[in-house]
Amino acid sequence: MSDLAERVKKIVVEHLDVDAAKVEPKASFIDDLGADSLDIVELVMAFEEEFDVEIPDDAAETIQTVGDAIKFIEEQKS
Amino acid sequence: MRRVVVTGMGLVTPLGAGLDPVWRRLIDGESGAGPIEQFDASDLPCRIAASVPRSDGSRGGDKAGDAAFNADDFVEPREQRRINEFITFGIAAAQMAFDDSGLELKTEEERDRAGVMTGSGIGGLSGIEHEVLVLNNKGPRRVSPFFITGNLINLVSGQVSIRLGMKGPNHAVVTACSSGAHAIGDAARLIALDDADVMLAGGAEAAICPIGIAGFSSCKALTTHFNDTPEKASRPYDKDRDGFLMGEGSGFVMLEEYERAKARGAKIYGEIVGYGLSGDAYHITSPAEDGNGGYRSMEMALKRAGLQPKDIDYVNAHGTSTPVGDEIELKAVERLFGDAADGLVMSSTKSSVGHLLGAAGAVEAIFCLLAMRDGVAPPTLNLDNPSVETPINLAPKEAVKKPINIALSNSFGFGGTNASLVMRRIDG
Repeated sequence: MSDLAERVKKIVVEHLDVDAAKVEPKASFIDDLGADSLDIVELVMAFEEEFDVEIPDDAAETIQTVGDAIKFIEEQKS
Repeated sequence: MRRVVVTGMGLVTPLGAGLDPVWRRLIDGESGAGPIEQFDASDLPCRIAASVPRSDGSRGGDKAGDAAFNADDFVEPREQRRINEFITFGIAAAQMAFDDSGLELKTEEERDRAGVMTGSGIGGLSGIEHEVLVLNNKGPRRVSPFFITGNLINLVSGQVSIRLGMKGPNHAVVTACSSGAHAIGDAARLIALDDADVMLAGGAEAAICPIGIAGFSSCKALTTHFNDTPEKASRPYDKDRDGFLMGEGSGFVMLEEYERAKARGAKIYGEIVGYGLSGDAYHITSPAEDGNGGYRSMEMALKRAGLQPKDIDYVNAHGTSTPVGDEIELKAVERLFGDAADGLVMSSTKSSVGHLLGAAGAVEAIFCLLAMRDGVAPPTLNLDNPSVETPINLAPKEAVKKPINIALSNSFGFGGTNASLVMRRIDG
């Protein structure tokens, strides 16, 4: 995993209190990691803060897996 | 009206968590007071409080032994970060009361007839303080999605109902320092009027935060002369008292319709036989000088109970240790009780646990029920020199052993709101 992916993973583990092994790119926040819609709002805020990016609400709705989050942030940063 | 009894109780207080550990420390005359460790209080006029002792040894946890509170026993760490501490305290006390009652909600109909009623004076004050700073420093997009649901007063009732599957009346009371007593009284009415069969009722508060201490300091309500001797600060009726000591925590009771409780062989701590409530219509912080609000509240509770003042064996006073309030309440009790005031035992447990604000009435009702169970009235600590003479035995510094069949608990709040509960033992 890239450095950015590791940082995303760390945030997810901290916020959702899940086992790090479960946080893989294809893991769905809701179906695999037990998050609800408010958890995702909080995660998106944490990503914005950590990576100094803005994730608009309509973009946030497309972020459903750990991989989606990594990809979105990578695109913003490039 | 149907009869309502208490079949379970739970406590989270500055003396610790759990009924018997807290009760033992209270009767032994221990204090829950200490320096404020939660934040830097050095610029505040009051730098002490009665905090819930933690199992990691902090906030008096080192002295509390098996009474120390571990939030992880009741609420998942992830959830604790999303809810204010008053809700964590409430969930814990409610869970203890539920477990203590031995009640099982087996059918959908039973769940539909089981409700929750919570009182809190201020709710998530520290959470509001925190998120306002976030809003100010980082802007609106950083305000937590859990800010509202983590701080609303009725979210204790909401969280408890979700966790325990209680689908009946789900309600909350906000009457400052009367909230906990009103919650129990109102919940008992719902059962008496057949709107529910069982209710978890109580109060929860956690306002030991900079804005809470600063706010109560500004309105001159808190003690300020005992910062170096916290255990001496809460001294109801003593001539050196100078304001209340802020406490925190929660108390919950399981209320149950009497016939139902009896049929299932439940342990019964006592019956809620009287409930009185009144308004002072006088001043935002000071009680009416003649104490008529508290007088009428007690009078109404006795009338509902069909009892006379002489029938009361123990009064748990509001007695916050403020210069004005204590004597006004004392005089109101003297007037109402007349000759029966002679030898009446009345104490203020706030001398030990501080003032739990919206949780106080619930915690103190539980203390009354335990006093009835064990035949012992808890002491008023630090009562070295009473500021006035009274025929009432204020239980100075030592618990008073005596049979207690009927007890009355007073709670009065800012805005001039008063509540009195009368509880009676049920034997056999």
